[in-house]
Amino acid sequence: MNKRHEHLQHMHLNYVKQLTREKRFVRLTQLVIFVSFFAFWEIATSRHWIDPLIFSSPGRVWNMFLVRIQDGSLLTHASVTLFETVLGFILGTALGTILAAILWWSPFLTRVLDPYLVVLNSMPKVALGPILIVALGPGMQSIIAMGVLISVIITTIVVYNAFKGVDHNYLKVIQSFGATKQQSFFSVILPASYPTIISTLKVNVGLSWVGVIVGEFLVSKQGLGYMIHYGFQVFNFTMVMLALLIIAVLATCMYQLVEFLERKLIHKHQV
Amino acid sequence: MAFLELNKVEKTFFSKETLTEAIRDINFSVDEGEFISIIGPSGCGKTTLLSLISGLILPTKGSIKLDGREIKKPTPETGYMLQQDYLFPWLSIEKNITLGLKTMGKLSNKTKKHALYLLREMGLGDKAKNYPNELSGGMRQRVALVRMLSTDPKLLLLDEPFSALDYQTKLKLEDLVFSTIREHKKTAILVTHDIGEAIAMSDRVIMLSDRPGTIQRIFHIPEELKSRLPFEARNHSLFNKSFQEVWKELESLEQTS
Repeated sequence: MNKRHEHLQHMHLNYVKQLTREKRFVRLTQLVIFVSFFAFWEIATSRHWIDPLIFSSPGRVWNMFLVRIQDGSLLTHASVTLFETVLGFILGTALGTILAAILWWSPFLTRVLDPYLVVLNSMPKVALGPILIVALGPGMQSIIAMGVLISVIITTIVVYNAFKGVDHNYLKVIQSFGATKQQSFFSVILPASYPTIISTLKVNVGLSWVGVIVGEFLVSKQGLGYMIHYGFQVFNFTMVMLALLIIAVLATCMYQLVEFLERKLIHKHQV
Repeated sequence: MAFLELNKVEKTFFSKETLTEAIRDINFSVDEGEFISIIGPSGCGKTTLLSLISGLILPTKGSIKLDGREIKKPTPETGYMLQQDYLFPWLSIEKNITLGLKTMGKLSNKTKKHALYLLREMGLGDKAKNYPNELSGGMRQRVALVRMLSTDPKLLLLDEPFSALDYQTKLKLEDLVFSTIREHKKTAILVTHDIGEAIAMSDRVIMLSDRPGTIQRIFHIPEELKSRLPFEARNHSLFNKSFQEVWKELESLEQTS
């Protein structure tokens, strides 16, 4: 009996080792891809396989990064863009959820607004950029508005459908206790829809970056979108590359943050 | 005056294309402390009848009076138990069983203690901090029973509460629900499609006819069976006779339709 147990434990230990090995191998491969990408980029430009004027090089980007950090301009650009994106993202998601709640509340309104939502959803929101700028002025408001606009309609539609999709029997349970509509919403509809709301958050992270960068292309004097636009106009592609890399890092961090939130907010039992 | 009185109750559902008469001309009354079962062919409006009594929907015609007052919306006097437990997966067992109290604004230390006491009575005292998905089907349905009892309703409406359980769990839970209801002196109406369950648990069995449901017949269960636990009643010599009686009636219904 004891021997059998030892044998099983030994097998388990081997299994865990195998798992660790596999994980290490995945990480190693990822690292190899990362390093070789930048190495190839550096070599290819220094040997003129590709045009360094257009593709810059990791070395140049790094130098510019150091310079721009020291004179503080990079921090300004990055923080402006980050602020606009985070605000656009939060407002877009919050407004979308509130709109969805209003639609859930009033079936009449849902029926009235349905065709308008369809039109607004299919509309390419960035095309509204010039109108926004004229209406709100060529400043940060327009850029944030763009970040909001691009995510708010799709959030409304997705979250409203989640509200509608909540199993009716949960409502029946709480209604049998005499729950008001408000109680039904906050005790059943909203918590049951958390997983959907969080997954729209993930989509909205990407969308608000699009909105804000496009907004900055159009109007701003600051921000990472401005850096890209300006770098392109003066043919300084090192600047463009630097901005792109910063955006990649920041957007990834934001996404990770949302995933962290997801683990915190969604109950592990709620699937 | 009876505790619950249904007088010429009628319910018709409307949609754009169709008009469905679910039940028609339902008259019966239930005394306090009685246990009634409602059986009938599927689609005969059993659940509709229960929803009407709970006040979740209103009758097209007729009146339903509980303790002399007409039911116009869900009242604290009635508790409802569904086919499945429908515990909220995002709430702990403790939060689930106090949901009704919280909704009614009656949550206090005292009522919460009572709810936890009921949970212990069901043999689940150690599960208060767990979550529904950590419990088995039978345990979950017991929690649903506590959730219903925690607000201390006088009339319990049970909508096939054992139908989603395996047979052994179902038999055990029948006994538990039966003795709990007796002990707390509640009035109960059970909707079921299981003839045996209806006979073993109740004082009277009301059989509905095919749609639109009307009262086909009311069976009075012999005293010997009424007083026994459902499991014992199922093994009693009189059980089979009652079963045959109900069975034949149900058969004749299906042949004519």
